[in-house]
Amino acid sequence: MLVDSPPEPSAETAPAPPNRRAIRAVGLVVSLAILVLVALASIAIGAKELSLEQVWHGLFDDTGTYGDVVVGERISRTLLGLLAGAALGLAGAVLQALTRNPLADPGLLGINAGASAAVVTAITYFGVTSLTGYVWFGFVGAAAVGALVWFLGGSRGATPVRLALAGTAISAALYGYLQAVMIMDHAALSKMRFWTVGSLASATDETIVQVLPFLAVGTVVALLLARPLNAMAMGDDTARALGANLNRTRALSMAAATVLCGAATAACGPIVFVGLMVPHVVRSFTGPDMRWILPYATVLSPVLLLGADVVGRIVARPAELQVGIVTAILGGPVFIFLVRRRRTAQL
Amino acid sequence: MKTQVMSKSAVRNRAVRTPGGLSVRLDVRAFTVVVLLLVAALTASVVLIGTGDFPIPAADVLRTLAGNGDAGQEFIVNELRLPRVLVGLLVGASLGLGGALFQSISRNPLGSPDVLGLSQGATAGALVVIVLFSGSADQVALGALVAGLVTGLAIYLLAWKRGVHGYRLVLVGIGVSAVVTAVNGYLITKADLVDAGRAVVWMTGSLNGRDWTQVWPLLIMCAILVPLVLGNARALRMIEMGDDVSYALGVRVERVRMLLLVSAVLLTAGATAAAGPVSFVALTAPQLARRLTRSPGPNLVPSICMGATLLIVADWASQRAFGADQLPVGVVTGVLGGVYLLWLLVTERKAGRI
Repeated sequence: MLVDSPPEPSAETAPAPPNRRAIRAVGLVVSLAILVLVALASIAIGAKELSLEQVWHGLFDDTGTYGDVVVGERISRTLLGLLAGAALGLAGAVLQALTRNPLADPGLLGINAGASAAVVTAITYFGVTSLTGYVWFGFVGAAAVGALVWFLGGSRGATPVRLALAGTAISAALYGYLQAVMIMDHAALSKMRFWTVGSLASATDETIVQVLPFLAVGTVVALLLARPLNAMAMGDDTARALGANLNRTRALSMAAATVLCGAATAACGPIVFVGLMVPHVVRSFTGPDMRWILPYATVLSPVLLLGADVVGRIVARPAELQVGIVTAILGGPVFIFLVRRRRTAQL
Repeated sequence: MKTQVMSKSAVRNRAVRTPGGLSVRLDVRAFTVVVLLLVAALTASVVLIGTGDFPIPAADVLRTLAGNGDAGQEFIVNELRLPRVLVGLLVGASLGLGGALFQSISRNPLGSPDVLGLSQGATAGALVVIVLFSGSADQVALGALVAGLVTGLAIYLLAWKRGVHGYRLVLVGIGVSAVVTAVNGYLITKADLVDAGRAVVWMTGSLNGRDWTQVWPLLIMCAILVPLVLGNARALRMIEMGDDVSYALGVRVERVRMLLLVSAVLLTAGATAAAGPVSFVALTAPQLARRLTRSPGPNLVPSICMGATLLIVADWASQRAFGADQLPVGVVTGVLGGVYLLWLLVTERKAGRI
């Protein structure tokens, strides 16, 4: 319905030269191909070394051998990585556009921490055990913290610094709460310490089926927001003059980001920086048009997440480095680079 | 209107003149706040010494501290509880001062060492010692101190670009903090469950089992750094007016800022090494102090007193609410920090700033 809204953003009145558009379309296809390759790598490479034959056997001729079981588990893990990566990247792109803040990231803004705290509360105190049960807590936590950070960061007057500080401060408070839970309850500690770093290792087909509907809805809504977000990028007054419904766009953006982050966090724990890095990389070759940024972010974020997961499986053999740790170590330098760039400070 | 303002400021600020012709401006309200906070800190300390599995009335505590107690009480007070309280006071004071310095330099009420990654860095050092080497308490403290200093240095260097600006310091600190938090999470997953439990307690910040070996290094550190920092308080106050103005007023901005940042990092790392990263004391103490004194500027001395008072009261509250040594003091200060953030949200909103 949003796509049909009559006023056209500027990109339409001054269309990009067709060859550039063609290049972008080809680029998207190439990105998809890269995604397929990374997904295959994620299935083929792991703590347990399998030959290519064994991988092939597991993929297309599953007879229940040991290798087939390993491949089966890696397939679920890869699928979850695809979904969670796309969700985090999309949420990051939407949040950056919504807050007009180049440093917005679901992790840095505390939204993932909010979802984590709510999920841990659900598991520890309410005895919720199924993902479909606690994913709702994840949504509530993500939404509550998102709103809190937005207000604490100064709503309309929010600057990158204030928003990031508000998010970090609230995350710190929530991590304090998580620590208190883990001190008082050793059973919680033994379970939670793996979940709170962000990992794809516990993925099962059941997890995927449970989060899929939420992620699908969130993804569709986020992709439909491309045009109104384009209009909003020109400033509130211009956007209103162009006929964009600001409040509806803000509410839908926030809802989409919340659902995407909440579901991704409930499924694999808090993962930082994916939502920060990918939109920046994408913007460097698509320009500011959200109609290209969003699809590219959807395709390239899982490339980053799965790539990080594969790296994590290789570097710490025979053990594994959880994907949340790899993305944080990769993302930190990128973040600091963005901060040191002069332009960022002025946004 | 004008006379009213003048009379008000005349009451608030009084010039103290010495016969030699020296004069100093005394902010009466700030002075009163400092005295009241000191009284509160000392009262809370006496009460805290009397609290525990073996309660001692306040009068007995005072008599024992004066050296007239019986042998049993003397042991409990002087060997077990007094060092713990002293560590609490010193850690609170260091965190309060470190927080005030960071908030003043970053020009942001949320720019405290626990948000900017210093506490997380110190935690990483402690976790490495606990998880990889199963080290003793002293080694853990040393690891935390070294890692805290390294983190501070890293943040400063990464934020350096022809000088250090508040916003860059804050954002680089947040980036470093996110990375180190992930590393800490990884270290906890590597530990066996006993070490992991110990690590989580340490990460929350606790005064349990602190003795005289922690008091002396902290005391020496404070004795050196507090006068050094207070000597530069005037320059810091001018820096708050902006770099250009303070250059014009004769302040060597970058030099003073570096000196104060190094002091703040040392204070925070030292306090964290002694008691763990007690969360939010560095964030809340300077803010509460500023609210009480209602005076502009960094409010360094009130922040010191407020930090000490806060930590001791929080430790007493955690012992009373959950039983002796059940929950570390960091849980209480963490809750306090959450409440403070909410309060900040509400007041800022009311003031129309957001």
